[in-house]
Amino acid sequence: MPSHVLSLLVEDKPGLLTRVAGLFARRGFNIESLAVGVTEVPGLSRITVVVDVDQLPLEQVTKQLNKLVNVIKIVELDATASVQREHMLVKVRADNANRSNVLEVVNLFRAHIVDYAPDAVVVEVTGDKGKIDAFLRAVEPFGIRELAQSGLLAIGRGGKSITERVLRG
Amino acid sequence: MPAETATALPRPPARTASAPVLTGAQAVVRSLELLGVTDVFGLPGGAILPVYDPLMDTSEIRHILVRHEQGAGHAAEGYAAASNKIGVAIATSGPGATNLVTAIADAYMDSVPLVCITGQVFSTLMGTDAFQEADIVGITMPITKHSFLVKDAQDIPGAIAAAFEVASTGRPGPVLVDITKDAQQAEAPFVWPPKIDLPGYRPVTKAHGKQIQAAAQLIAEAKKPVLYVGGGIIRARASEELLSLAESTGAPVVTTLMARGAFPDSHEQHLGMPGMHGTVPAVLALQEADLLITLGARFDDRVTGKAALFAPHAKVIHVDIDPAEISKIRTADVPIVGDLKDVLVDLDAAFRGAIDGARPDISEWWSFLDGLRSEFPLGYAPTSDGLLAPQYVIQRIGELTGPEGVYAAGVGQHQMWAAQFIKYERPNAWLNSGGAGTMGYAVPAAMGAKVAEPERTVWAIDGDGCFQMTNQELATCAINNIPIKVAIINNSSLGMVRQWQTLFYDGRYSHTNLNTGHGSIRIPDFVKLAEAYGCLAIRVEKEEDVDAAIKTALETDDRPVVIDFVVSADAMVWPMVPQGVSNSYVQYARDHSPAFGEQED
Repeated sequence: MPSHVLSLLVEDKPGLLTRVAGLFARRGFNIESLAVGVTEVPGLSRITVVVDVDQLPLEQVTKQLNKLVNVIKIVELDATASVQREHMLVKVRADNANRSNVLEVVNLFRAHIVDYAPDAVVVEVTGDKGKIDAFLRAVEPFGIRELAQSGLLAIGRGGKSITERVLRG
Repeated sequence: MPAETATALPRPPARTASAPVLTGAQAVVRSLELLGVTDVFGLPGGAILPVYDPLMDTSEIRHILVRHEQGAGHAAEGYAAASNKIGVAIATSGPGATNLVTAIADAYMDSVPLVCITGQVFSTLMGTDAFQEADIVGITMPITKHSFLVKDAQDIPGAIAAAFEVASTGRPGPVLVDITKDAQQAEAPFVWPPKIDLPGYRPVTKAHGKQIQAAAQLIAEAKKPVLYVGGGIIRARASEELLSLAESTGAPVVTTLMARGAFPDSHEQHLGMPGMHGTVPAVLALQEADLLITLGARFDDRVTGKAALFAPHAKVIHVDIDPAEISKIRTADVPIVGDLKDVLVDLDAAFRGAIDGARPDISEWWSFLDGLRSEFPLGYAPTSDGLLAPQYVIQRIGELTGPEGVYAAGVGQHQMWAAQFIKYERPNAWLNSGGAGTMGYAVPAAMGAKVAEPERTVWAIDGDGCFQMTNQELATCAINNIPIKVAIINNSSLGMVRQWQTLFYDGRYSHTNLNTGHGSIRIPDFVKLAEAYGCLAIRVEKEEDVDAAIKTALETDDRPVVIDFVVSADAMVWPMVPQGVSNSYVQYARDHSPAFGEQED
């Protein structure tokens, strides 16, 4: 089943995330990743959902999401027409023997060291899924001690905004 | 007080200057008054106590004290289903609120406009497992159209007004307003009309003109069209418009369980109810059709049988106000999202335009259907044990009461017989739990209907199983002068389950004997029970006594009537399409001896 990226513009109301996540579960869809945050408009939040689902059930889940009173707008973001990024923090084993090798990989991926300890470093890396996966493969031989990853963030290319036309007087 | 006369749904914000200061509890009652509410059903408790104090003083709202909150919920549903008004139920926090859950789920499945107001524990105690605390907003999230948690007194008018708007517009449904006790006790300026801020709620009502034209064209070209009519016609109050379209097209009509009464049973184009226990002509009309004109119906599995094999040759026009219903089960060739009342007018005009005066010839289709009608009329066989036939009882209730009555059924065999053997001529005459299949719906729903329509005769056609789930509301009826009539179709068992055990489990009657009827110890004795509740109680065991009992019931208006019709336990509901197979396997089976093998799924 193909992955689809849905961007939901929602009212920032208590329980909203439960309503959205519950609907996916109830209708039998698995959420691959989820990212929630503020938008440029006070009171509105944006939920980016990646869901593994065929086209027909995708339409059904989109329609059901649209029925949630606090959901204002839903856009499916195609990979070619949007910028998509994931953000990850990885704690990699790094001591005097291999630290320079770790640093070389970090530089190759234009990632950053954000914490240092004698036996490990924390690396911050941002990119699309392909880059994130490649980075993990590259540092895997050194030893990944811990990993935290954000949900996918996505935004449409070009000058238009998802909040356009929803802000009626 | 300003805005004293506002009864319409409020829109943009009003000024706060000179707004009177009310407690949250007073604001609840005042909001209900201003929304035009005249009747509510409820039961007080700790967390809703503040609201009950001003409720004692209002002269505009009649509060009916139920004996169980589920009764309040179903009563509000029956009230709404009989009158198209919005039903209101009130309960306290915790168990009071959870007792409403079944009714809320029921209203969600059958698109009933219902507003439930529940008390919640103090906002400072929420999340601490306080006494009678339950996360009712969370619990009901999957079964409400929307819900509000109100923790601030000044938000109360807006939340209640928004709840009424959401419950009653678009596809109707239940809305919960959960109000903390401190919000009820605090004071705030009462601003009316309040600002209703629902930027994400925009139900589509006006359909796309192009789709209407496409639909009209399909109808004009169809050789075997069927108007597949669902409960949406009743919620949209579109029966008259349906009649016009039906008569313009000359197409056969089937009305689903939720749509009984949406189109007159006496009309010659009416083939009856489709589905698992539908008439043979209705079931096979859908199955053989080349065009389904689907109006406010949702291809429920009880209608389609195995959906993949349903109406295999038919194109589908699907009209619904809920876009999510379109192509959910069956892909629509022409999807139309809109309010049926408007769509049907437009569609009728477009159809007349498309045919240019020459009505399409579908006489071959009709001769096939008429053949089915004469060969397979609805009927029933005499009972094998010589005991009273339940179908006869129900048919006589309908015949003696007439089409102006209201008939609320429970769930099971008696529900199917009431759908089949009572003739419905008008919408809102037939109330039942179609989607959820809630046993115990009948008595409280009939109570609610009688409150909404006091001039009408209101019957609860109930089973002995269903009746034992909610009969405590007979007390409410007797005390509050709500003289409903209850017909218990007492076959001493959970009849529909028993029927399936007969057909599919070799007659192994596992836990379906209720011991209330013929040849049993009769616990409880329904006559004594009804008398204890202050009702007129009659027991009928013979066919010759049926009419007299019904007539006595119809003549009694000073108290509820309960008739214990002791019927045969062996009567079964026919026709029947076994679960999980194509509707082509519909079994007419007027005699009791069909041999169903296990059908492949």
